[in-house]
Amino acid sequence: MNRLEILFSTKKHHILNVYGTAGFPKLNSTLEMMRSLQECGADMMELGMPYSDPLADGPVIQHSNAIALSNGMTMQKLFAVLKDFRKEIHIPVILMGYLNPVLQFGFEKFCAAAASVGIDGLIIPDLPEFEFENEYGTIIKKYGLSFSFLVTPETPDVRVKKLDSLSSGFLYAVSASATTGGNTHVSDIASYFNRLQLLNLKNPVLVGFGIKDKNSFNTACRYAQGAIIGSAYIAALGKNENVNAATKSFLSSITG
Amino acid sequence: MSISRKTITLKKMNSEKSYTAPDKHGYYGQFGGAFIPEMLYRNVEELRSKYLELIADINFQRELNLLLHDFAGRPTPLYFAERLSNQYNANIYLKREDLCHTGAHKINNTIGQLLLAQRMGKKRIIAETGAGQHGVATATVCALKGLDCIVYMGEKDMQRQAPNVARMKMLGAKVIPAISGSKTLKDATNEAIRDWINHPDDTHYIIGSVVGPHPYPDMVARFQSVISKEIKEQLKEKTGTAFPDYVIACVGGGSNAAGAFYHFLDEENVKLIAVEAAGEGLKTGKSAATTVLGKPGILHGSKSLLMQTADGQVVEPHSISAGLDYPGIGPLHAHLFTNGRANFLNATDREALNAAFELAKLEGIIPALESAHALAGLKKLFTEINEHAKKRETVVVCLSGRGDKDLETYMQHIS
Repeated sequence: MNRLEILFSTKKHHILNVYGTAGFPKLNSTLEMMRSLQECGADMMELGMPYSDPLADGPVIQHSNAIALSNGMTMQKLFAVLKDFRKEIHIPVILMGYLNPVLQFGFEKFCAAAASVGIDGLIIPDLPEFEFENEYGTIIKKYGLSFSFLVTPETPDVRVKKLDSLSSGFLYAVSASATTGGNTHVSDIASYFNRLQLLNLKNPVLVGFGIKDKNSFNTACRYAQGAIIGSAYIAALGKNENVNAATKSFLSSITG
Repeated sequence: MSISRKTITLKKMNSEKSYTAPDKHGYYGQFGGAFIPEMLYRNVEELRSKYLELIADINFQRELNLLLHDFAGRPTPLYFAERLSNQYNANIYLKREDLCHTGAHKINNTIGQLLLAQRMGKKRIIAETGAGQHGVATATVCALKGLDCIVYMGEKDMQRQAPNVARMKMLGAKVIPAISGSKTLKDATNEAIRDWINHPDDTHYIIGSVVGPHPYPDMVARFQSVISKEIKEQLKEKTGTAFPDYVIACVGGGSNAAGAFYHFLDEENVKLIAVEAAGEGLKTGKSAATTVLGKPGILHGSKSLLMQTADGQVVEPHSISAGLDYPGIGPLHAHLFTNGRANFLNATDREALNAAFELAKLEGIIPALESAHALAGLKKLFTEINEHAKKRETVVVCLSGRGDKDLETYMQHIS
């Protein structure tokens, strides 16, 4: 079993997945952030690869992407940072980002590099299922990486089943049709999550977008195996120079 | 009898390697597609599954043609520019899209897309705009039909195209500044896409160029194709032949070029010339000449040529013309460039300004800065006046817009 399978088979509820942008708030704060997240109780993490035009993201994550790029973060530097991270980080780590920087790095070269440093999976929101099936899916599989598709409240059942069948690791259920960091009321969408539960999906489901505090996290966890927090954590990092202290205080506000 | 007819049909199909339509996944050769996050899937899929049928509908066509004729002022004239022709020793015709209502070709597309949006039950229209021409054309049709209109415009563009901001406001649109990135067209497009993600139910996004995820490039090209349809008819009437030697158009995203080329794409004898904005110069780092400076990449939902760093970050382009200040080109154009079907030139800010002043003085027409790039192409193609030429070549330049919005820039450079 890989790290993701172990996590999802041993922890059946309240899985906390935290997103952080690589190179934010400082170019060299990435490893420190990853250590802190592991130490403070994150079950897994998503490491964002910064992009100049993050279409699916709201202002907070856009800003973190812009700062990371102005700090000089690149794909090359990210893989240099990640070279030995498995010596100290043992929780699952997913790389999340947009397709263009991955294509320029070289899609197969990217998958090979990710797998060789010990990355567990990928989320690329603008890689649609046609392209996945036509070209990229086999490369991702070849390197043993998981790939999570997103589904939204507007995704019809047939399509949810299809995207679930193509996904591995987990299925990413977006809480509302929105960019990241919005003010979704997770409780308003009970029928959507109930619908997902009835579909007998092959993957565990994590809920993301609009999960920002203990209350929304717990509500999301009522309907899924866990939830993903991004913008709220990035905002917390932006307010405190000390990455470790910011992480500790933010995660204790969720899990404490 | 039936066999031979079948053979002919098959032969025709095999030889038809048409440039006009993408494949069913939205690809023109290696470019195009629909690289969108799931949040956009429902809306884009709704459009993709309906647009061809809706456009073909006889009532749709009737309403579209009536509005193009009575409201937008089509057909626009094809004007023989005699003094300009003498200057370049060619027979130069200007396709006067600058005489369209709202002052540019953009309204051809906004009328079409608005009628589509109405038929899909949408109540709220969003758009991005660079020079403001597409924003004005969108605000105009929304006022015409009583729909809410929100236009995203780069903060920098709002300053340099202030008259168009005022026009949009007077037409009842809400203009929202895009303050991210380079604060120009690319960023306005990002913000419009984010708006659409956040309003999945009632909103249609009227993209202004032949960019974006499938079916946008094809849909916008179809709505703009009226330009070349008219050119053929008008040229035939004036010269006896429907086919010019050259068609010249400027390319930012490429909607007026797509429209001016469309019915000539499969006529290999017609040379297609696209003129990109070189900005301050190709090697200055302040340019928007995508085919020279770009590589294949993905922006705004399609794969095309894209100006980007080695790390795949999108580069901030530069052009004096806000409408050409875009780091990519539509996938159709990337395909025409790669296949060599169209010849891509570029003109600097200075060359465009000179061409604009030349047209004003020779023909009494003040062109938009965007269209001035197409005019600058004349100098590049017909610099040597060949007195022994057997015949003057027939050239159609798409004069995509009028220069009222650019007067402040022109005044800064008048000398």
